[in-house]
Amino acid sequence: MDRYDAIIIGAGHNGLVCAAYLAKNGQRVLVLEAAATAGGLGASREFHPGFRASIAHSVSHFSQAIADDLQLASFGFDPASDPIPTIGLGLDGNHIVIDGTKLLGAGSDDVAAYGRYCKSMHRFADVLKPFWLKTMPRIGSANFADLAAFGNIGLKLRRLGRKDMQEFLRVASLPARDLMDENFENEILKATLSWDGLLGAKMAPRSPNSAVLALLYRLSGEARGAHAIAAGGVNALISSLRGAAEAAGVRLRYNADVARILISESGDGLSATGVELRNGERVEADRVISSADPKTTFVNLVGVQYLDIGFTNRIRRLRCDGYVAKLHLALSELPLFDGLQQPDGRLIIAPDMDAIEFAFDDAKYGESPKNPVMEIVLPSLHDPSVAPDGQHVLSAHVMYVPLKLQGGWTDAARDQMCERTIDIIARYAPRIREQITGQEFLTPADIERQYRVTGGHWHHTEFAVDQMLMMRPTYGAAQYQTPVPGLFLCGAGSHPGGDLVGGAGHNAAQVILG
Amino acid sequence: MNSADPYAGERLKLSPFHPRQRELNIRDAWSAWNGYKFADYYYDAEYEYFCVRNTCGTYDICPMQKYEIRGNDAEAMLNRMVTRDVKKIKVNRVAYCVWCTDEGRMIDDGTIFRLANDRFMLTCGSPCNAWLEKSAFGFDEVQVADITDRLAALSLQGPTSFAVLQAMGLAGTESAKPFDILTLPFHDDTLMVSRTGFTGDLGYELWIKPDLALRLWDELYAAGGDYGIQPYGEAATNMARLEAAFIMPAMEFNEALRTVNFEHDQTPFELNLGWLVDFKKPHFSGRRALLEEKRRGPKYTLTKLDIEGNKPADGSYIYSNRRCTQEVGYVTSAMWSPAVKANIALAMIETKYLQGELWVEIYYEKELRQYSRVVKCTQKQKPFWTPARARATPPPNY
Repeated sequence: MDRYDAIIIGAGHNGLVCAAYLAKNGQRVLVLEAAATAGGLGASREFHPGFRASIAHSVSHFSQAIADDLQLASFGFDPASDPIPTIGLGLDGNHIVIDGTKLLGAGSDDVAAYGRYCKSMHRFADVLKPFWLKTMPRIGSANFADLAAFGNIGLKLRRLGRKDMQEFLRVASLPARDLMDENFENEILKATLSWDGLLGAKMAPRSPNSAVLALLYRLSGEARGAHAIAAGGVNALISSLRGAAEAAGVRLRYNADVARILISESGDGLSATGVELRNGERVEADRVISSADPKTTFVNLVGVQYLDIGFTNRIRRLRCDGYVAKLHLALSELPLFDGLQQPDGRLIIAPDMDAIEFAFDDAKYGESPKNPVMEIVLPSLHDPSVAPDGQHVLSAHVMYVPLKLQGGWTDAARDQMCERTIDIIARYAPRIREQITGQEFLTPADIERQYRVTGGHWHHTEFAVDQMLMMRPTYGAAQYQTPVPGLFLCGAGSHPGGDLVGGAGHNAAQVILG
Repeated sequence: MNSADPYAGERLKLSPFHPRQRELNIRDAWSAWNGYKFADYYYDAEYEYFCVRNTCGTYDICPMQKYEIRGNDAEAMLNRMVTRDVKKIKVNRVAYCVWCTDEGRMIDDGTIFRLANDRFMLTCGSPCNAWLEKSAFGFDEVQVADITDRLAALSLQGPTSFAVLQAMGLAGTESAKPFDILTLPFHDDTLMVSRTGFTGDLGYELWIKPDLALRLWDELYAAGGDYGIQPYGEAATNMARLEAAFIMPAMEFNEALRTVNFEHDQTPFELNLGWLVDFKKPHFSGRRALLEEKRRGPKYTLTKLDIEGNKPADGSYIYSNRRCTQEVGYVTSAMWSPAVKANIALAMIETKYLQGELWVEIYYEKELRQYSRVVKCTQKQKPFWTPARARATPPPNY
C-alpha cells in the first residue's frame, strides 16, 4: 500500500493550494475528492446540455502571493486581471456603476462622499491587511510570535492616529445601514456598497456588529475588495491549481469519498493516521489535512468520542446555515438589461437597503423571500467554453434563501423560488424568459447535499466577529492544528476563510511545514 | 387544583419519604437540596452523628440527581466524559468518578452504576443535565434520562446497617462486597441495594420506586428498632464524610461550570483524586490538560490535617511558620471528631509547602469575646475514619 506524508480531504481550492505547497516542499501528498472533479464550490459542472456553471462565480481576492508561489500563470490563471465593475441595477435604467474608486450614476454629493468613504475604508482595511496569509496568534499564549502578532495589531491600530483609531473602532462594529446612511443619499448606491459585507452571511444591513467588519475584511484583501473574473473564469483558477498541484507531484483521486478519519489510540493518546473511504478502503499517512468544513471534519469524520466535550460543543454551535441560493440559466443569447450596453460586471439587484432587510426578515423566520435580492454574473462573457457559441450562462447568488425552510424544501417550493427569482430579473431584463433554454435552482439544502458542505454555507461557517481571526473556527483549532495530533484543517472554516482566497490552504501548509 | 396556590411552582418538592420524616423532624430543621425539602437534622446533629457511628441511620438521598444512560454508545459516551475507565466497571458494580472541563477542572463527582452492558445510572450532587446533553451529542445510540423524581433512594449507614437488612430478611446482602449492586424482590417489585455510602463506614444505599418508598421505610424502621435506627440530616452527614475525608462541593471544590474566577475551581490532582484519572485511556475530556497538570504537579493539594488542641479550624488560613508570615493555604472543612478524638480538617495547601511545617491560625469565640491561637498541624495520609468493617464481606452482624 502506498504511504503518504499527507492526505488532504477535499480538492476544493484550499485543499489544492495546501497540497501544492506541501508537494513543492517534497512531501508525498494524496488528495481525496468525493466528487468526480476538483474544485469544490468552484468546480464547474454541466447543469444543462452544453452549459456549465460553478457555485462561486467571481474571484475577489485570490492572493497574488500564492499565485506567484505556485506559478499559477503558467497553468492558465492570472489573478491580476482587470476588475469587473459592480453595477447596482435601477428599474428605470438609472444604474449605479462602481468601478474601483470611480462612481457613475450618482449625484455629485454622493460622488464626493464616495471618494472620502473609499479613502477611510481602505485606511481601516489596511489594519486588517497583514493577517490574510498569517496564522493567527493564540489567546493566552506567552509565545513570543503570538505576542508579537497581537502587538502588531495594536501597533497598526495605533498608527492610525487617535482620531482615525477612534473612528475605526466605531465603524468596525457598526451595522452596514448606519454606515451607508451616514455617507450617502442614493438608495441603490447604499444597497450595492453594503452588499459585500452581507454576501453569504446570515446578516442584513441592520444586523449589528459584523457587517461592516466583514466588509472591511474583504476590502483588506490584496485586491481591495474589487471582484474580478479572470480569462477562463473561476474554472481557470481551479484548473491552474490542479495543474500546479499535479506538476508538484500531488496525487489526486476523484470519487474517493472519505467516510472517516482513522484515529489510532494508545497510552500516549490519539493520533490521526489515515482515512477510510466509503468503500472500506483505507489509506495511511503521517498526517491528515481536512478542507471539509469543521462540523463535517470533527463530528462526522473524526467522531466526538475523540474530542473534548467543550471543544465539541463549540464546533456544534458554529453557525453554518447557508442563506444563499444559486440560480443558473442557460440563455440562447446575451441578455439585455435596460440601460446597460453590456451586462459585464457584477449586477446587484437590491433597490434599497430595506429590500435587503425585508428579504432577510422572511428568511430568518424560515420563509423564502417574497422579493429576493441577488448578484448576477454572466460567466460566459469571460469563459466562452461554458456555453455553446453565441449562447450564454447567467449565474446568480440569490439572497436570502433559508437552509431550513418551514415545511422543508420540496420540488414545488424550489420551483416557486426559482420562478420568483426569474420574475425579478425580468423586471430589469424584460426579454429574459424567452431566452431561457435551461435552468437550475440550488437551495442551500441542495448545495449542502451536492457539495457536502454543512448548511450549504459557502464560507463553511458564518463570517461573524465571534467566528473570525483567532476564533475561526474556534479556539483550540484556529491555528490549523486540531486537538487530535496529526489532524489539521485547511478549509474555509479556518482563518482567513471564505470566498476564493487560498489563505487557509496556504497558512495550513506553512504550519505543517514549520 | 381547586386551591390556587400562587407559589405552587416555587414550593419545595417533598421526597417520597417525607411523610415519615416529617413526623420525626421534631425540630422542624429543614433546608433545601436541589429543590427538595431536606432535613438539616431531625433532633440533634451530634446525636444523629453518634447513631451513624455507633448504630445506624437513614439519610434521604432522593434529592441527589440520578440519570439513566442507556444504549449501545452509553459506555463510550460515559467513558469520554469521566476520567476513569468505564469499561472496567462490571455489571452490578458501582464506581466513584469525576468529570472535568476541557481544561481539566472538576465539574462534579458522582457514582456510576453499571446496571447492564448498555445501561448505567449516574448520580451526582448537582444537576448535570446540560453537561450530559453536551456529552451525548454526536453519539448515535445513547439516551439520557433524568430519573431523579422516578427513583426514591435512602442511604442506610452505620455498623448495624447490615444487621437491619438481615432482620428485614433481605437475603443476599451478606455476600455483597463494597460497590456491589443487588436487585432483590420486594412486594412483587424490586429493591436495588448497593453497598455504597458517604460516611466511610459500613453502609448501603436503597433504591426503589417512589410508590413503594413508605413501605420500605416502615419495614426498615420495624426491623431497625432494636438496632438504633435514626434518621439523620445534612449536618451529621457532613461530620461523617469529613472523618472519611470525602470531598463536598462548595467546601473542598467549586464546581468548574459555576466558577467565574480563573482557577478558583480545582483539578482532580489538587483534590487528591489522581487515582481516578486513568491515562491508559487514549482519550477522555480534559485528558490533555490533566496530563499537563500531572507533569507540572498540582498547584494545591487537598491535605488531611490533625490539628493541636480542640478548637475547630473552620475558615482558617494555613501558614508555613508559627509567626504566620507565609500564607500557604486555607482550611476547607474542620471539626472536632468525636469518633477519632482529634481536631481534624481538610485544607487546600500549596503543594510546594507540604514538605515543611504547617501552622494554622484559629479564631474562636467565648462568650462574645474573640480569641485566636496559632497551633501546629500534622499531615495525615489515610482518612481519619476507616473501620475494617466497612470493607469486610460478610460484614459483622452486630
